[in-house]
Amino acid sequence: MTISSRPVDLFNDALKRVPVLPLYFVALVPGVWTFWQAVAGQLGADPMRALEQALGLWALRFMLATLAVTPLLRWPGLRLLRFRRMLGLTVFWYALAHLVVYVVLDRQFYWGAILGDILKRPYIIFGMTAFLALVPMAITSNNASLMRLGTIAWRNVHRLAYPAGVLMVLHYLWLVKSWTAEPLAYAAIMAVLLGLRLVTRGKPKSRRSVRENNSGARNTDAARA
Amino acid sequence: MIYRPVRNIPVSQITPREMYLNRRSLMAGAGAALAAGMLPAPAFARLETKATAYGADLEPTAKEYVTGYNNFYEFGVGKEDPAANAGSLTTSPWSVEIGGLVAKPATLALEDIVPKVQEDRIYRLRCVEGWSMVIPWVGFQLSDLLAKVEPLGSAKYVAFETLVRPDEMSGQRGFFQPLDWPYVEGLRLDEAMHPLTILATGIYGEELPNQNGAPLRLVVPWKYGFKSIKSIVKITLTEKQPPMTWNIVLPNEYGFYSNVNPQVDHPRWSQASERVIGGGLLTERKPTLMFNGYEEEVADLYAGMDLKKFF
Repeated sequence: MTISSRPVDLFNDALKRVPVLPLYFVALVPGVWTFWQAVAGQLGADPMRALEQALGLWALRFMLATLAVTPLLRWPGLRLLRFRRMLGLTVFWYALAHLVVYVVLDRQFYWGAILGDILKRPYIIFGMTAFLALVPMAITSNNASLMRLGTIAWRNVHRLAYPAGVLMVLHYLWLVKSWTAEPLAYAAIMAVLLGLRLVTRGKPKSRRSVRENNSGARNTDAARA
Repeated sequence: MIYRPVRNIPVSQITPREMYLNRRSLMAGAGAALAAGMLPAPAFARLETKATAYGADLEPTAKEYVTGYNNFYEFGVGKEDPAANAGSLTTSPWSVEIGGLVAKPATLALEDIVPKVQEDRIYRLRCVEGWSMVIPWVGFQLSDLLAKVEPLGSAKYVAFETLVRPDEMSGQRGFFQPLDWPYVEGLRLDEAMHPLTILATGIYGEELPNQNGAPLRLVVPWKYGFKSIKSIVKITLTEKQPPMTWNIVLPNEYGFYSNVNPQVDHPRWSQASERVIGGGLLTERKPTLMFNGYEEEVADLYAGMDLKKFF
């Protein structure tokens, strides 16, 4: 077996040895830590707001990570597919926690205000719709659902990730007082990740991976040389 | 015209400043005093003040929150940014250029603007973002300063301007800046002359920390916080309604008046209730009061006006 010289191959080899299961819990550590800080009174003057925003931001960050898996496979060839279900479900857990904080601590079960928000506030409409889009993806993020639905139907369900991602960014942009750098930065990354899909639509995911599958060769660089 | 606060509380019943300093600040103060021998702590000079009845029934927000949770975009857009970055601002010497439609335009040094003895006034502060605090200000009525320069009969509005000094104001430097500088604000002349409207130089009996708008800031307690412009260098009396920063940025969201009004929502969020800062994670929401609780004092200023239209 030849040893690959490309960093990306070395990285992929290392990734293969990373177990996925513990990452489901590791990914929730920032949220649990923030919640603990809020309870312990270490989140400053407005801990509810800080907690609510932190959970929402983690949901958005993991959404960007989930949507980065495919582009990173195309270039530079990172194989992160094994982690995508974990990343996607983490989005759901953070979004759910964010929603619970909104209902319980922010609006304090004042359903009149919540309903008013849902009907009248674009940013709440965006956020709620994004959450509704996450639900079917979370429910079907398991092998049994994949089998039952079949690849095509399953993939169609999980295309909800694109509108969900857009809505999450809009939700953030719409709730800040004015155009500030941070939400715009998240929006820009989202635009790039989704834009890349438009550019590469129809092309095979990775010529390299197709060739590897056909030939079984691991070191195409050597073959090319 | 002599102005009387609505609540006529006998002087004997007014809580002295020493008592509303909460236990935590007293403890912190004691700690600071102990540490003073070893570490130079930022010293804020005590100000000479006289007590008033304004807000004697209000419980001030803890000082660490009043000084640690600020919107002051000149030092960054995060709530903790001003406290972290405003230390670099030089506030002495400081002067304010007062001009426009006045008989005696002048550039006055801060010492010539601020009376020797100022007033303690505890006011509610409601931010347009939906949170609120109670702040024990030290200041004096804007009307006193305006009287010195003698506004002309043609003056209808007062325009204010914040310092522009990118060297010392980190938010005014760099690639992405959310606002155009200088930050500008304005009041109608009768609003500016109202006895509730003050220029503040301190909080909690001490000089203003820079993040709170040192050395001289406006406080208009019945309007959303962004009207209370900080670190003022220029005051101009005008005939036409002056521009204001947030209105320039988003004209359909931030109006010239920006009076606190639970019945007029921000286009993107409700203004019916507010989160009171300082109560921790489980703070109950509080209904927002018309004119932030100063309705009796200021409602006359807006008699006959459609407050939905003039938001």
